[in-house]
Amino acid sequence: MKNEFEPNIVAFCCTWCTYTGADLAGISRMIYPSNVKIIRTMCSGRVDPQFVMKAFREGADGVMICGCHPGDCHYQNGNVKAMRRYPLLVEMLGQFGIEEDRIMLEWVSASEGDKFAEICEVMTERVKKLGPLGMKRKGQDFRQALMHPAKKINEEVPVKA
Amino acid sequence: MAEKLKFAFYWAASCGGCEVAVLDIDQKILDVIQVADIVFWPCAMDFKYKDVEAMEDKSIDVCFFNGAVRSSEQEHLAHLLRRKSKVMVAFGSCACFGGIPGLANLYTKEEIMRRQYIETPTTVNPEKTMPQTSYMAPEGELTIPEFYESVNSLGQVIDVDYYLPGCPPPPELVVAAVEAIAKGNLPAAPAIIAGNKTVCEECPRTKAEKIVKKFKRVHQVIPEDDVCLLEQGIVCCGPGTRSGCGAQCLQVNMPCRGCFGPPDHVTDQGAKLLSALTSIMDAEDPEKIMEITKSIADPAGTFYRFSMPVSLLEKKHFTKEASEKKDVAEVK
Repeated sequence: MKNEFEPNIVAFCCTWCTYTGADLAGISRMIYPSNVKIIRTMCSGRVDPQFVMKAFREGADGVMICGCHPGDCHYQNGNVKAMRRYPLLVEMLGQFGIEEDRIMLEWVSASEGDKFAEICEVMTERVKKLGPLGMKRKGQDFRQALMHPAKKINEEVPVKA
Repeated sequence: MAEKLKFAFYWAASCGGCEVAVLDIDQKILDVIQVADIVFWPCAMDFKYKDVEAMEDKSIDVCFFNGAVRSSEQEHLAHLLRRKSKVMVAFGSCACFGGIPGLANLYTKEEIMRRQYIETPTTVNPEKTMPQTSYMAPEGELTIPEFYESVNSLGQVIDVDYYLPGCPPPPELVVAAVEAIAKGNLPAAPAIIAGNKTVCEECPRTKAEKIVKKFKRVHQVIPEDDVCLLEQGIVCCGPGTRSGCGAQCLQVNMPCRGCFGPPDHVTDQGAKLLSALTSIMDAEDPEKIMEITKSIADPAGTFYRFSMPVSLLEKKHFTKEASEKKDVAEVK
């Protein structure tokens, strides 16, 4: 048991519905896997594809995007924007070798604490089955490199010509 | 007259278009010669690597390095030229972001080698001979540079002072950069010598509301003049691409391909383009969204056409099992 793979899952939860739903799951003492790390966003529409990619780049094995049910968005149609991005994002991540099961888009309202616990369970099982992603990248990304260049100038020149 | 500047040019993993771009500045090249001596330019003049090795450190004033880094030879030269040069300029999109060669990051080295030396219809290689980095000939050992697993931008290998993007960099920018070097008023390094907005800012087409029912590719439709190409449903990388090119492609009815890389405040060009394109879809329900999504061919190749190696994910991820499966398939 000790050696069982414990995935790192990042969940982007909209503050109005899913985050409150996750809160409810906590208050109601529901049991769900501790693999899910929640990041609160103002809206599921705020979840830039860059966030998802950055999560994978920094070692996530799975990413969940959760928001209000369609029609319930606090900002009227933010979740529709998330819904529009999702299929293309899944396709593109697939081209990068990230399986479809590592990403999830779900609607959880503020009263659905039980649903939140359930999808966390489902997602953790899904990612456990897939195993670790191991996509962690070394070094800075392009913008970081532009803003804070690492000192590479004095590095040894490789001998092999 | 003050001592002349010393310029060096080098060509790594790129098509060679950037070498021609240097000459695109027309008779201005004569002005360049007035202020600078070229001390290293393997494409045009006869220099040996040992000539560069013999130079004093920091004796080259400016090195224009074009092309991505994929082989041990290119990496060696990148380090060597960095040591010998005061200012390092990543010249063209391949050096800046990995460019078109960077798209090879969606394949493994083995896949590329197999395709190149065995599978292509024009290849006759019954013995399945593959290039080796060293070979013992009767006369002695022969070596060629090692081909790396993935493509790197120049900035991922060495420190780059200035990025001059473009495929190839437009002559106006090259002239502006050379003039800035000659007058000594370059911006603080590191910097990108181009605009800091998006191509849409420079695009002369009229832009109204963008609502797209189906995306089209360039060969499927004859675009209307003067109307935003995205509004006509043609996939255009303008909204996620740095300005500075003068929207040249857009002026001849071609959509932006994204060669200037991500603009300021954007880390990942492809992710931003994905957001931009999906935001203009005329769909509210999953089925309709899926239908429109299907009309975008090869999203990774389109949105990261020039910036795959500097994107957040950098390259395709190959799971152990997938590569093992492939090995088994090969044995069969």
